[in-house]
Amino acid sequence: MSLATNLPRVGEGNINLVQLSYRDYLSVEEINAIEHEVAILGQRQAAGIEAMKLVQKNRGWISDDCLYAVADLLQMPASQLEGIATFYNLIYRQPVGRYVIHLCDSISCHLTGFAQVSEAIKEYLGIDYGETTSDGMFTLLTNACLGSCDKAPAMMIGEDHFEHLTPQSATDILRQLCAENDKDELNLRE
Amino acid sequence: MTTDKPLTQHINQDKPLAMPEYIDVGGYRSVDKILQQMSAQDVQDVVKDSGLKGRGGAGFPTAMKWSFVPKFEDTDPRSGDDKYLICNADEMEPGTFKDRWLLEGVPHQLIEAMIIASYAIGANKAFIFLRGEYHLAAKRLQQALDEAYQQGYLGDNIRNSGYQLDLYLHTSAGRYICGEETALINALEGQRANPRAKPPFPQVSGLFGKPTIVNNVETLCNLPHIINHGADWFKQLSNNDDAGTKIYSVSGRVQRPGLWELPMGITVRELLYQRAGGLSPGLNLKGFLPGGASTDFLTVEHLDLVLGYDEVSAAGSRLGTGGIIVLDDQNCPVAMVLNLLKFFAQESCGFCTPCRDGTAWAVDALTRIEQGQGSQQDLDNLHKLCDFMWLGKTHCALAPGAVEPLQSALKYFHDDFEQHIDKGCCPYSGHH
Ligand SMILES: Cc1cc2nc3c(=O)[nH]c(=O)nc-3n(C[C@H](O)[C@H](O)[C@H](O)COP(=O)(O)O)c2cc1C
Ligand code: FES
Repeated sequence: MSLATNLPRVGEGNINLVQLSYRDYLSVEEINAIEHEVAILGQRQAAGIEAMKLVQKNRGWISDDCLYAVADLLQMPASQLEGIATFYNLIYRQPVGRYVIHLCDSISCHLTGFAQVSEAIKEYLGIDYGETTSDGMFTLLTNACLGSCDKAPAMMIGEDHFEHLTPQSATDILRQLCAENDKDELNLRE
Repeated sequence: MTTDKPLTQHINQDKPLAMPEYIDVGGYRSVDKILQQMSAQDVQDVVKDSGLKGRGGAGFPTAMKWSFVPKFEDTDPRSGDDKYLICNADEMEPGTFKDRWLLEGVPHQLIEAMIIASYAIGANKAFIFLRGEYHLAAKRLQQALDEAYQQGYLGDNIRNSGYQLDLYLHTSAGRYICGEETALINALEGQRANPRAKPPFPQVSGLFGKPTIVNNVETLCNLPHIINHGADWFKQLSNNDDAGTKIYSVSGRVQRPGLWELPMGITVRELLYQRAGGLSPGLNLKGFLPGGASTDFLTVEHLDLVLGYDEVSAAGSRLGTGGIIVLDDQNCPVAMVLNLLKFFAQESCGFCTPCRDGTAWAVDALTRIEQGQGSQQDLDNLHKLCDFMWLGKTHCALAPGAVEPLQSALKYFHDDFEQHIDKGCCPYSGHH
């Protein structure tokens, strides 16, 4: 059951609808971690960005349910939190693949071979920017300068950074991730 | 024992010094010194005498910025109010990667520095605002913070001095505008990172409405060395009137791209040819941005320019972050400017019209020209946009930062723009 679909709708006039609590959607660990941030900043709403990052780390992306739950916990309007969620590049408001590829498209990478690496990755995955592969493995996004300009072109996958990319090395990295994933699944099945 | 590379002497990129090792090489000595022997005003005075200027891009004198934080008499009811220090570690200026080196390579130096700055302005709470993509830096900083708390250099009653400081790491969620100091404060308050109108300046009314100082990573990291070795020592490190060293960097198609801590005021030629080894084989220098994406292009005629704040300004650009981005003669200057403007258009917070729409219009016009479909009208419009988005006409400095590479490209690479329009294609790639 989704929290979003349970919110009272305009015109329904159903004032008895139970307001679902954040406790139904966030784990105790998540709530504690968010409350820790609140304590540091001293204001509940100030923890919104940290809260969404924490929840996203566990769940991959920020669904409507998560957004409502975090807003409830921080005692702020969901619309305000949505305005914040959509402002920041690293908060995902759509489902993403298991690996999110952030290829740097800023200037030093542009000067040193971004275009060729970009073409190779798009061709290998068969998707364009903003899309996810049909097997749910990869989402492809760009990123502003990753601070690897002297080792350009560069990309970030999850928390891992890769530098000195060539079309060959970039697709090799993706191939490697696929192989590891297959191995994981095999282990799980056994 | 002193060094001519104070900022980077203890850098270890593979395995930064843990707290005991860092203390063994003289780390945190400056904190003991200020807590035992110096008043907050003493610290401000020595930093003022040192001539330290902000390394975040604008080159504003650090001690002068600090001096705007109100000092209340003990009897004033506001004397107990909170004050904050924030370290700006949002480094997102394309072509800039110097702070990352300091954050990953010697995290304790920044913590030591932030204790000094907090003490100098009377802050008991401080934040490191780190860009979200710097995962390794986040891990190492958090570890260093934990160590500093354990060793009694952070928290209540630091080293039995009665001084208290809590220092926290905040990781951002990715947006260039967060680096602008008032936008950063909004981001830290959990809001959309739109810049605030000034005045009031953050020094008077910043985080949660309290006096707040925002300083760049590299700026702060100079402090322990100024405290330890004095203002005169700091001044003699440089080759020009700007004191200290600078972390310069070079990226683009050069032989040895990288980072170097060098005396403030070296020449472009020394940096580009002696350090970075010159252009990659078969390429020639066409131009360069001297200090990150938001600085004006300079060209071959500026090779003997001294890389100091006043000198680069006099040449029509800015020292900015000291990150040189090299344009070679086989990369298209129009495509380069288009890439830069796409960045600014994407990262505009959208608050003011000249920036939100102006950067997007510039991208449209540049795209047409680069694709060979541009006209003289597009070129005229680009010139107009440089005026519409200039300082004083926008809410913050992001749009003027976008104008700088654009206006200088139109000036220095005029022929290239004309050729794109005349030939109906990009002469560098031959595509139509
Ligand atoms: C759009 C924009 C982005 C900025 N990004 C950064 C940044 O990433 N890091 C930084 O230190 N300063 C950045 N600045 C400059 C800051 O606003 C501020 O001047 C600086 O942090 C002050 O530190 P300093 O006095 O130590 O130089 C940016 C400014 C603008 C207008
Ligand atoms: S421009 Fe790509 S890492 Fe800096």
